[in-house]
Amino acid sequence: MLNFVLLILIYTGIYALMAIGQNLITGYVGLLSLTQAGFFAIGSYATAILTVTFGWNFWLTIPAAAILAGFFGLLIGLPTLRLKGDYLAIATLGFGEIVRNILNNWDSLTNGPMGIQRIPMATIFGMRINPYTKYSFLVMVWIFVIVAYILFERLAKSRMGRALEAVREDEIAASSMGINTTSYKVWAFVLGASVAGVAGSLQAVFILSVTPGVFTFMVSIMVLCMVVLGGMGNFKAVILGAFLIQFVSYFPQLVGLSNVIPPQFKQVLFGFILVSMMIWRPQGILGREQRSAPKKLFRRGGRS
Amino acid sequence: MGSIAEFFQHMMNGLTLGGIYALIALGYTMVYGILKFINFAHGDILMVGSYLGLFTFNAIRGQTMGPWTILAFFIAMIAGMIFSAGLGMVIERVAYKPLRRATRLAPLLSAIGVSFILSNMAAWMWGTRSRKLDYPFDNTPLHIGDVSITPHQILILIVVLVTMVALKLFVDKSRIGKAMRATSLDQDTAKLMGIKSDKIISITFAIGSALAATAGFLIALEIKVYPSMGTMTGLKAFVAAVVGGIGNISGAMLGGILLGLLETFGVALLGIPYGLRDTIAFVALIIILLVKPEGLLGKVEKEKV
Repeated sequence: MLNFVLLILIYTGIYALMAIGQNLITGYVGLLSLTQAGFFAIGSYATAILTVTFGWNFWLTIPAAAILAGFFGLLIGLPTLRLKGDYLAIATLGFGEIVRNILNNWDSLTNGPMGIQRIPMATIFGMRINPYTKYSFLVMVWIFVIVAYILFERLAKSRMGRALEAVREDEIAASSMGINTTSYKVWAFVLGASVAGVAGSLQAVFILSVTPGVFTFMVSIMVLCMVVLGGMGNFKAVILGAFLIQFVSYFPQLVGLSNVIPPQFKQVLFGFILVSMMIWRPQGILGREQRSAPKKLFRRGGRS
Repeated sequence: MGSIAEFFQHMMNGLTLGGIYALIALGYTMVYGILKFINFAHGDILMVGSYLGLFTFNAIRGQTMGPWTILAFFIAMIAGMIFSAGLGMVIERVAYKPLRRATRLAPLLSAIGVSFILSNMAAWMWGTRSRKLDYPFDNTPLHIGDVSITPHQILILIVVLVTMVALKLFVDKSRIGKAMRATSLDQDTAKLMGIKSDKIISITFAIGSALAATAGFLIALEIKVYPSMGTMTGLKAFVAAVVGGIGNISGAMLGGILLGLLETFGVALLGIPYGLRDTIAFVALIIILLVKPEGLLGKVEKEKV
């Protein structure tokens, strides 16, 4: 029981990192990216390969994972972000599948479907952060979440954050105010990708192995649900969303009904969460963070 | 085998595959033309349609292969189409219609939700095992020179051709087709001219979903049926729609055929490893978005303030 609670809290942390990234992209800029799983995979494999094959220290692989994921974010973002948002959804969906495809097939580097085993545990000052006993790992994950939260929250309150929201509300108006919309969008996308890469690193030292089967489209959908459920454009809310989704995911195990409830049940539930939130409460549970200025200065007359 | 024969062989395979993509791409493009939104659940409607067709065929086909199994094949196909059309209309009514005046992101997210519900419900109810349709008739390949063609391929090509011509005629000539075009040009004005645009949107979803079910049933015949089949197939068909010019019906047909040929020739002649075949569509998407974002037959649309 306690074990599951700790597990839920650790996964909440790992997924909260991804959700924070997704929130910057989807909540602030209003772009639908469906590839957090891809960047998550890139981060995981970066840590796994660098520690196992090249003997790096875990702490050094974190910036490597972030940079690598960010680089791929740039690669995929540059061509697609110039266009209307809908294309990004498809391109990123395809990208996620391709990452998995390559991880599955590039045997010499990734060991194919078998994945990479025996990743060394993370250590700090000679102390091992043992994922089996969980407490120290829990603390480490949540330190990352808090740091990411503060950084992204600061970013969102900065000039860049305001520019991103301007892009979401009206791209043409934003660009006529001198905002380089493409460059802001690409930056948001790269940052969102990097933080998912870091989440991947943490996942690698938590499970101590990586296999391509983990990084399915399902992961991206879960992250999306977290953002939608908590409230788009609100970093506190997406962390809450991460907890709720993880709680729902592990609920059958928590109450000992995992034999009765089929695994598809939670996926179906995620689908219903997306649809019903959109229809009844598109702003999410907590809603968007309010700015001090009134929401609508001018009402629009008629229909446009 | 001579190289010309080989060329025609790949051509034939590519056309079959491309025809199926084209049928699916039509659904994306018709919905996009009217509502300006990507129906993410389209691929999963295809999956449900092909399951339904498969079940119907298994239920009525009887034991021996004969004229009846061929008839049963078409009855099953139509059953799948009707069911999918109904499903498409219900989904539109429940999950998309309330969001018509919402932000752009809302219907997209809702569609992803629907897609997830459908594919996982299918896995739950029917299992994740993949199934194949029993042959409705003898599938011994015919040889024309050095090129071998299976009767299935001929059947697929005929079905695709008939459907496409019928659709083109329907959209260009019939009153409802005219109303569809009007709605896609300007929904509000169409409404003022007495077109019931809600009804037209409903019909568009029904037709698109029925076409998807047809394609799914053909896939069941040639390849196989499984709960997550809609994702990759749908993705590729969407790419086909974008390549041809999204919102353009002829474009979807052209894009589908082109993508089918590209995949077949890419593996056969360009030496792209089979495992990376799915990547071809994606690369094609990136290239077309960079070079000609409006697609081959699409119109350039300037966004207005």
